[in-house]
Amino acid sequence: MKIAVCLKHVVTRDAAVRVDETRTWIRDRDASFELNEPDAYALEEALRLKEKQGGAGTSEVIAVSAGPARVTQALREALARGADRAIHVNGDALARADASVVGKALAAALKDEGVDLVLTGLQSDDQGFAQVGVILAEALGLSHATIVMEVQVTADGLRVRRELEGGWFQWVAMPLPALLTIQSGINQLRYATLKGIMAAKKKEIRVVEAPAGLTPLVEIRSLAVPAKQKQTRLITGTAPDAARELVRALREDARVLEGGA
Amino acid sequence: MILVIAEQKDGAINRASWEAVAAAQTLGGPIRIAVIGSGATAAIGEMAGAKAEGVLTVDHAALASYTADAYTHAIAELVTAQAPDVVVAAHTYQARDVMPRVAARLDRPLVTDVVGIQAGSPPVCVRPMFQAKLVAEVVPVGPAPHFVTVQIGAFRADSAARGDSPAPVTTVDVTVPADAIRQKPEPPFREAKQAVDLTQAPRIVSVGRGIKGEEHIQLARDLAASLGAELAASRPIIDAGWLPSDRQVGSSGQTVAPKLYLALGISGAIQHVVGMKGARTIVAINKDPDAPIFEIADYGIVGDLFEIVPAMIAELKKA
Repeated sequence: MKIAVCLKHVVTRDAAVRVDETRTWIRDRDASFELNEPDAYALEEALRLKEKQGGAGTSEVIAVSAGPARVTQALREALARGADRAIHVNGDALARADASVVGKALAAALKDEGVDLVLTGLQSDDQGFAQVGVILAEALGLSHATIVMEVQVTADGLRVRRELEGGWFQWVAMPLPALLTIQSGINQLRYATLKGIMAAKKKEIRVVEAPAGLTPLVEIRSLAVPAKQKQTRLITGTAPDAARELVRALREDARVLEGGA
Repeated sequence: MILVIAEQKDGAINRASWEAVAAAQTLGGPIRIAVIGSGATAAIGEMAGAKAEGVLTVDHAALASYTADAYTHAIAELVTAQAPDVVVAAHTYQARDVMPRVAARLDRPLVTDVVGIQAGSPPVCVRPMFQAKLVAEVVPVGPAPHFVTVQIGAFRADSAARGDSPAPVTTVDVTVPADAIRQKPEPPFREAKQAVDLTQAPRIVSVGRGIKGEEHIQLARDLAASLGAELAASRPIIDAGWLPSDRQVGSSGQTVAPKLYLALGISGAIQHVVGMKGARTIVAINKDPDAPIFEIADYGIVGDLFEIVPAMIAELKKA
């Protein structure tokens, strides 16, 4: 089974994001970036599927990322965790491109690969439109399912458990080739071993240029810190002082520490 | 014209579809509401109660249970025939599955997870970005129709205007070729019955990633005991297996509205916030001053929960 997994390289989750002078993006010149966490679960699922399918020789995992030169870092990480090779769809404009542009750029890179299965994360930690996977499925003509919790390979293709709202689930069967967006947390992530990191140095990262003429369908007009919805009282001081004041406020001001519902 | 795609299951309208109607009504133009399915008579009747130009029923045997392929086909055909300016749906799991595919098939923009819309051509959509640390104004580019999905809870279902008389119902024919449907769905099911009913708890102590390790859950449990509170968690804690799934608060867990909700090391991702923002008093303890949880907190402490929580427990013991 030939599996492609699409990875985004995003600004670090814990980073303090600040709006830049254009007020349409963040100050990312000095920012640190990491593998988009939801995509890490898709990568892990791809590696597990490969192992279940008999491992090297019969199955292959290809890591794909669209973005500027820095995304090589995410691809190296994927190779170190066990992906077999990587494709870097190169373009500076892809760093902040919309879902349509990214989906079409990934499709152009994957259309001649003849993959059986494409996995993506649920959504990106930066723009979070949650669309790239489905757009890619449409562009490649693949069957798709989103928010997938469990993947079974069957004689006819796949049987996947989708998460619905409010604690409901549903199994859906579909033929290959297919695309799945993977729900975060469905597996335990592995980390790269030293051996994996060394092996990754010998693995191929093929660079393809992003197709010309992709036009965005969504434009960010402005980006700002959200207005406060509530008047928050920030309690400062040492831990014992802050704790004392919080307990007093909950008892005497908010009056929420006594009685039932 | 604004076209609302309503969502129904076994004839029951998803409440979030009324939120989509409320969002569409703020845009000011004439509204049509489409109900997709097979024999969804009750759902059609319910939506005809909305103040709208008309209700469109898209009824086909192939639409009886949801599949991405059949629904994409039907909605794309409906939208092409109706030629609306804007298509509005609620940002449900089903919409997340189908709407990007419809928009991609028609090569039109889709703005997801929208919390506010300003009418205009194009409409200006307000939505969270960067883990809700920032809020963006986003506009669809190029020709209509422009697709929008609205975040659950961002618009009020009960604020959707009702008509003086039922909206006229029209049937719209679609062709859904059987061989175009690749997915074979099985009936939806629920996991074993939930043992803990968090919705009845007067006080909740909830833990997130900031608790760092399973061995620290006991600290949160001790605080909960000192407060007479139930213990709950955000999704990453449940995924890690540190607490059982019936302790999960958020879009994929329980929705709670206690007197006190104390969030320990929870960043405040929207999937969590939708499950607890109705709490009367919200306390956030987090080391990251930019954590979105502080946006909705009544009381906040920026600091190390491993210092503050033991101090709170000691303080609660005093009285």
